Amino acid sequence: MDNVIRRRTPAARCWRLALHAVLILAALFYLLPLAVMLITSVKPLDEITAGTLLALPQSPTLAPWAKAWGEACTGMRCEGVGGYFFNSIAIVVPAVLISTVVGALNGYALTKWRFKGSELVFALMLFGCFIPFQVVLLPMAQTLGWLGLSSSRAGLILVHVVFGIAFTTLFFRNFYVAVPTELVSAAKLDGAGFFRIFWRILLPVSAPIIVVSVIWQFTQIWNDFLFGVAFSAHDTQPVTVALNNLVNTSTGVREYNVDMAAAMIAALPTLVVYVLAGKYFVRGLTAGSVKG
Amino acid sequence: MTHSTSVARPARAAARRSSAGHLQAWLPRLVLAPSVAVSLFFVYGFMLWTFILSLTNSRMLPSYDLVGFAQYARLMTNDRWWVASTNLVVFGALFVGICLVVGALLAILLDQRIRQEGALRTLYLYPMALSFIVTGVVWKWLLNPGLGIQAMVRSWGFEGFTFDWLVNPDMAVYTLVIAAVWQASGFVMALFLAGLRGIDDSIIKAAQLDGASLPRIYWRVVLPCLRPVVFSAVMILSHIAIKSFDLVVALTGGGPGYASDLPATFMYAHAFTRAQIGLGSASAMLMLGGVLAILIPYLYSELRSRQHG
Amino acid sequence: MHAFTHPPLLRRTLLGLAVATALGASQAPAGEVEVLHWWTSGGEARAANVLKELMEAEGHGWQDFAVAGGGGETAMTVLKSRAMSGNPPSAAQIKGPEIQEWGELGLLGNLDDVAEQGGWNALLPETVADVMRHDGQYVAVPVNVHRVNWLWANPAVLEAAGVEMPTSLDELFAAGEAIREAGYVPLAHGGQAWQDATVFESVLLATGGVDFYRQALVELDPEALGGDEMVEALTTFKRLRELMDDDMSGRDWNIATSMVIEGDAAMQLMGDWAKGEFTAAGLTAGEDYLCAAAPGTGEAFTYNIDSLAMFRVTDEAEHEAQQTLARLVLEPTFQEAFNLAKGSIPARPDLDMGAFDQCAQQSLADFQRTAEAGGLVPSMAHGMAVRADVQGAIFDVVTNYFNARDMEAEEAARRMVNTAQAAL
Repeated sequence: MDNVIRRRTPAARCWRLALHAVLILAALFYLLPLAVMLITSVKPLDEITAGTLLALPQSPTLAPWAKAWGEACTGMRCEGVGGYFFNSIAIVVPAVLISTVVGALNGYALTKWRFKGSELVFALMLFGCFIPFQVVLLPMAQTLGWLGLSSSRAGLILVHVVFGIAFTTLFFRNFYVAVPTELVSAAKLDGAGFFRIFWRILLPVSAPIIVVSVIWQFTQIWNDFLFGVAFSAHDTQPVTVALNNLVNTSTGVREYNVDMAAAMIAALPTLVVYVLAGKYFVRGLTAGSVKG
Repeated sequence: MTHSTSVARPARAAARRSSAGHLQAWLPRLVLAPSVAVSLFFVYGFMLWTFILSLTNSRMLPSYDLVGFAQYARLMTNDRWWVASTNLVVFGALFVGICLVVGALLAILLDQRIRQEGALRTLYLYPMALSFIVTGVVWKWLLNPGLGIQAMVRSWGFEGFTFDWLVNPDMAVYTLVIAAVWQASGFVMALFLAGLRGIDDSIIKAAQLDGASLPRIYWRVVLPCLRPVVFSAVMILSHIAIKSFDLVVALTGGGPGYASDLPATFMYAHAFTRAQIGLGSASAMLMLGGVLAILIPYLYSELRSRQHG
Repeated sequence: MHAFTHPPLLRRTLLGLAVATALGASQAPAGEVEVLHWWTSGGEARAANVLKELMEAEGHGWQDFAVAGGGGETAMTVLKSRAMSGNPPSAAQIKGPEIQEWGELGLLGNLDDVAEQGGWNALLPETVADVMRHDGQYVAVPVNVHRVNWLWANPAVLEAAGVEMPTSLDELFAAGEAIREAGYVPLAHGGQAWQDATVFESVLLATGGVDFYRQALVELDPEALGGDEMVEALTTFKRLRELMDDDMSGRDWNIATSMVIEGDAAMQLMGDWAKGEFTAAGLTAGEDYLCAAAPGTGEAFTYNIDSLAMFRVTDEAEHEAQQTLARLVLEPTFQEAFNLAKGSIPARPDLDMGAFDQCAQQSLADFQRTAEAGGLVPSMAHGMAVRADVQGAIFDVVTNYFNARDMEAEEAARRMVNTAQAAL
């Protein structure tokens, strides 16, 4: 809509002003929880009890962050959430990679190599997006036991891949539908194989949807609590579980600043990803899931 | 494009095709096979498993003594289940509706060549990056009358200001709506913005030259073009609504009483905390029924548009 | 900050044990136990750490698996998931009738050897021992005995309002009015289902007495559940709302306790784990804070026993470690350290209570007195009286009634009968 004609009249100026006001007010609403978290996390404890939510810190300190990262206690371990942060990374990275690769190949096979029943296959897989995770908790636990993967990192990765490929397949399939089939047909006539066509034709144009898939999966898996708590042992718990332990553990004065700092630490990776790659996410969505 | 390299060697390719053609024909299916198997087992197998459990009197761990549909009958007489289901209808309708309106409005406003569009867009979108495990504490704080927004506004001198929905049994479910809208409406905005960018400018220009006002143009010309976006958004939002769990646990814990319980928390509480796996499974099956009711139209439309794609 | 430190006696014992190990006294094969628990708050965790050190002093490893939140609800989910996968932890914090449920599933190991060597039958009070046995065999080891029907108070606030510690419900309501007028919250409370139920069972005990409590909340007698006494208990329970503040919904129990500590509120009805908070704030029992039996329940003791159940394991070394763990839990060192931090009394009544404060001493005295006089009852709110499903159904009725604006007590009593029957 870049070429819509606009006139610079006083009325139009008023309208622009109101427009900006509304947008900024909305931004403040969205910002409020994060601002409170951030402000609180750098306040000393006495300022929190004395002042209001949005009062700026008088003597800002990073001590709560340090404590949340490395010293805060849950149970008898006083290691903060730092160590669990790396547990999360060790789970998230393989799970995101595998589910994205599988989703890409699935989407490709479903759109460029249609066969009888491929629509049904897609419909079947799509249902996995919608299954409430509480429902699968117990069967999954038993299955992981059968596979010998209970309470292991590999088990958690498997769970996330299994319930992630429905989404990634959906993304890639909707994206590849829009890629002209003529190129693929020509390549097939030339005798190019399945993987070769994928590698040479589809993959080079897939950047936007790869971004969407990676961001989506990264966010989902990083933020997961239910699977993380149910399928981990003492040494494989992800950061969300550590955060929950920390926040729900308190004796005496509740250290809101440490809680908030820990929450910020747990949220930081997904926040950074959204801020840095948000533009590509929106762009990828345009290409992917919006257009059926 | 890169495929020109393979065009260059037709003879060799043809030779290879004859020998490997059979494999090539099956390769797509082979690639899909693991995912299909995984779906069949982990999604459909588990659903069947849950259905069987819902027909048993399983308590703390699954047992397989069938009792027919007794658990469903018990569910129907369970007051808390009805509260949870009613809440889901109220919550779901408001959540989806408000997200759509707010998302569309923000997208349209943001589409007016705003200088800081990128920054604002990120601000609207970021809540989607955070789980309620992370933001639950701060939301609880903001909504608590004694600590949060109410106390803050009162400290500014508005003594009569009241915002106590969190502790009011009749209003607690609406606090869930506020937080959920906060999280998802930016995402809907992004969907709409993407849709708006895809609309041909000439339509709008033509309408504008005809003398139509801008709101009228959006209402009569632009929004009808965004129907597919609305549809996608409704699907995504409904499944978020049905899956809402962290939100309730973090914000209200289902309270006061069980006034803000949702089916997902109901299911979890009964299957895991209360050693009633049978009853919990029955409620899970009804939830899945709800999911199906939403999914079938979606799939139908997806597959239809696919035929034309 | 935390005032709790290990008593010197303990430190010396630990040192001795450490030296003994260093000299090669340990003969048992070194095994490892993974212990699932929700002793996550500062004092609890430090007390549990004593157990860990004792285990390590005997050459065994301790893998700490703490899951916080929801009074163990999250931990129970984890436990079920682990049990389903055939990989339960070696030991888990399980209590009350739930021990029986796990026992029926055949998942628990046998502790009879340790029990015999340690003379548990003679050592443990019969009530406690009964909970630990499944099918006549010991499967769990008690860690402590909590009393649930306590009233905690800030003496400065009581004085400011000119009232005494109430001993009956009438006195409580009268005192509450005076405290309200003096500008304080009379009763600190957190609006969570289990806290509502904790207060409710104390009220029911006061209005209906021990026998009625047993009939209604332990035996689930429909006549008791739906009768006039229940209506009276429910009505009185709801009247307590007048003494509470408006923001209580969803508040954690220890935040409510800190209202008493800070002097914003006068009293709290809560189990003796609340003492951990008072202790952590550096307060002394009898001086800075007061304890008394919940009003009208002086002749009764609602108990809540924490215990560690041992899962059946195949690994020899792990089995050995489990047996050692079970033995160490009842050692005086751990019992004393843990219960000092937790606010409860030791599971074995033969210990010297010198290091304990007057609330704990009163608790032990009341425990023994009520055990003889028949006033010792299991806590429904803390899963000692009925199984989790019935407990949950009662919670639903209680909390819904307490929070609903327009529900009659008769209606709540009727629902109580229905849900208890449906759950059976």
